Amino acid sequence: MKLQRWLPLAVFGLVAALLAAGVWLSRNPDRDALPSPLIGKPAPAFRLPVLHEAGRLVTDADLRGSPYLLNVWGSWCPGCREEHGVLTRFAETRRVRVVGYNWKDERADALRWLEQFGNPYWVVLVDYEGHSAIEWGIYGAPETFLVDADGIVRWKHVGPMTDDTVREQLLPALDAVGG
Amino acid sequence: MRTFVLALLWTVLFAAIPLPSAHAQAAQDPTPLEFVDPVEEKRFRGLIAELRCVMCQNQSLADSNAQIAHDLRREVLVLMRRGLGDAEIRQHLVDRYGEFVLYRPRVGAATFVLWFGPALLLLGGGVVVWRIVRSRSRDGVVPHDDTQEW
Repeated sequence: MKLQRWLPLAVFGLVAALLAAGVWLSRNPDRDALPSPLIGKPAPAFRLPVLHEAGRLVTDADLRGSPYLLNVWGSWCPGCREEHGVLTRFAETRRVRVVGYNWKDERADALRWLEQFGNPYWVVLVDYEGHSAIEWGIYGAPETFLVDADGIVRWKHVGPMTDDTVREQLLPALDAVGG
Repeated sequence: MRTFVLALLWTVLFAAIPLPSAHAQAAQDPTPLEFVDPVEEKRFRGLIAELRCVMCQNQSLADSNAQIAHDLRREVLVLMRRGLGDAEIRQHLVDRYGEFVLYRPRVGAATFVLWFGPALLLLGGGVVVWRIVRSRSRDGVVPHDDTQEW
């Protein structure tokens, strides 16, 4: 009988805990970011033109042999501007090749953007149609993938990287792949 | 103490409001899709209503006007014309974007609570009510209570 008296309170406590957990979980600013199903799987095959050299195509096989960072960006993307300094500082350490993935951008806009803010990329690939981006599961910019020497996707970050992201996630991931 | 409670209240209130995301999408004017016949269009509409826009997340591919939704709709049509079945097309997108793209999640370990939670909750509530009713009827007539004045 005593137990039944406390039942409503217990239920209330349970519901309150559930709501608190919801609020707690929603504090994460990356909560809308989707986990990539590609982690641990081979990077999709691609064959993309190079921004700065008309007529040159780069394939996934061309990039194999050592790890690389694939950074999705566009001149239309405010988050990419925000991330640019972080990416530039990382690229200057020359630990891995930083490959630019210029997504759904006008060529002239992309070139102007790089001239204005500096070009941290080893090479910039162009995906104007966005078809190859679907193979990568790209749904916005910036997004950043770490691919190891064997062409396996090891890490992904959605949204602008910060210095904290680089220090706490990217560098350990790089250590793990021996980059 | 009062300021603390107020601060807590504000935190709770505003934690629930989504901040504008820095993760952006491209904006381009897409050409509308064209269908070969009404059967194809009907199948296409059915499919995109069940797939989620990965960028906007609370809209289906059919409802969303985001660039990535345009691209994914085009991809769905391409896959249809390549002769893939509905299940294969869904799997194709799940392989790239994760289970999240399905508006109706598949039954599995991770979605078990989602699918059966409400029913289990209802069942639990039913059992509680049944037990209360049974214990009351077993007690029979409500015993005379001396504290009652009438």
